[in-house]
Amino acid sequence: MTMPAKPLLTVEDLRVTFPTRTGDVQAVRGVSFALGRERLGIVGESGSGKSQTGRAIMGLTPGHAKITARKLAFGDRDLLTMPARERRHLRGKQVAMILQDPKYSLNPVMTIGRQIVETLKTHERISTSAAKARALAMLEAVQISDPERVFSLYPHEVSGGMGQRAMIAMMLVCGPELLIADEPTSALDVTVQLEVLDILDKLVADRGMGLIFISHDLRLVSSFCDRVIVMYAGRIVEELPAANLADAQHPYTRGLLNCLPTIGSDRHPLPVLDRKPEWAL
Amino acid sequence: MTSALSIRDMVVTYDEFAALDHVSFDIGTGESFGIVGESGSGKSTLLRAVSGLVSFEQGTLSVNGRPYSGRKRDKEFYRTVQMVFQDPYGSLHPRQTVDRLLLEPLVIHGFTDIETRINRALDEVGLGTGFRFRYSHQLSGGQRQRIAIARALIVEPKILLLDEPTSALDASIQAEILNLLEQARRDRNLTFVMVSHDLGVISHMCERLAVMKTGKVVETVPRKALENREFSAEYTRQLLVASEGFRRG
Repeated sequence: MTMPAKPLLTVEDLRVTFPTRTGDVQAVRGVSFALGRERLGIVGESGSGKSQTGRAIMGLTPGHAKITARKLAFGDRDLLTMPARERRHLRGKQVAMILQDPKYSLNPVMTIGRQIVETLKTHERISTSAAKARALAMLEAVQISDPERVFSLYPHEVSGGMGQRAMIAMMLVCGPELLIADEPTSALDVTVQLEVLDILDKLVADRGMGLIFISHDLRLVSSFCDRVIVMYAGRIVEELPAANLADAQHPYTRGLLNCLPTIGSDRHPLPVLDRKPEWAL
Repeated sequence: MTSALSIRDMVVTYDEFAALDHVSFDIGTGESFGIVGESGSGKSTLLRAVSGLVSFEQGTLSVNGRPYSGRKRDKEFYRTVQMVFQDPYGSLHPRQTVDRLLLEPLVIHGFTDIETRINRALDEVGLGTGFRFRYSHQLSGGQRQRIAIARALIVEPKILLLDEPTSALDASIQAEILNLLEQARRDRNLTFVMVSHDLGVISHMCERLAVMKTGKVVETVPRKALENREFSAEYTRQLLVASEGFRRG
């Protein structure tokens, strides 16, 4: 992996803290990485802080939470001190995010086409007819065979796989440089998952985007990404090239790899994670 | 091998839509039988029809030789057959403590040694009596699923219907729950009917499995056939390829 001189995204010592009645809860505790135009996977189980890391980069952390970092920069631009207005310009135009479940993350009272056109009109000075043409072309790019029809459908009228393709189209229509995909296929059927991943993979490669792929599925991430970060209790416990997953050193990573039942391996009982308190230190 | 559960030509329709289309199975006593398929294949509907949560219009169902029809089930049925659901967040009463959740089946079925049974059930699923007076929102997903399993096992059933028991859980927690289920099956000589979309999980847990698609059984194969790829249906192959993960091509 050759790193470009200037990384697309720099994260140094990122911390996300939620104040609660019983004291502060640190969801992310000092995460650092740099991202070029590459595919980076972030893996961890629920509560590991992987989604909060993505949301902090995107600027979608809930208002009462506290974000601190030594550096959080998109290119040369400091995301921490950036005014909200500028951040809104960035979001959707240069940084986009695909969420887990199209059932809940698309606007239920707007047609799919109108939602894509809305994105375009927010970020570009573009006529309605030109925006519609771009939206239709984008729907075609995510391999929707009848874009005209899907354009005028509401989210509840399409299947999960179709909804997720529509979301990918919506997120990529402005040509972002960085895409954050938070569990983009977990809500889909296994056979549909592969189709959606295939589409995502081709678009990311063709457009030379940086991708952060957040998932709980270590195997999936390692087959999709160039580099994998493994998170546990808000920290990075291991970072390694996806191809060298078998050489993982940290017992947590090894445990995650081992505990999956696979066809043809006869292991009864399955090995389980023996969580050591020092992992969370 | 005697049949613990026998289903013949079962049909379930929702309005005009056939969710189950002439499905037949015979599941032996002590067997662990898996059903795989995607959403809409009818795999969950099958379990719901067996347990009486939905009514079936045609076909027959018999449990240990006793016939049942429609959705009417007697107490004896629920002593024999219990179910564990997919979503541990949705299947426990939010305003009942664990103690109350476990008490209810015992009262319904007229058990007397309630104290010892509740404590033993909690121990068996690896939680311990410290959890007895908690509410379900005070538990993690894995702990909730353990409570759901304890609730199913507490009336000492013979057949356990498992509807995606681990798909809402993290991989590491999934392994713990699968081990717990296997242990319970060994200790009590249970019959399992397990539904999942994950071929890996089904081939780990079950000796025989059926592949379902659009309300029909595509094929029924032993576990070995998956390893050796000795199956005939194209759809089974697609599922198997999908379960092996993403390949750049």
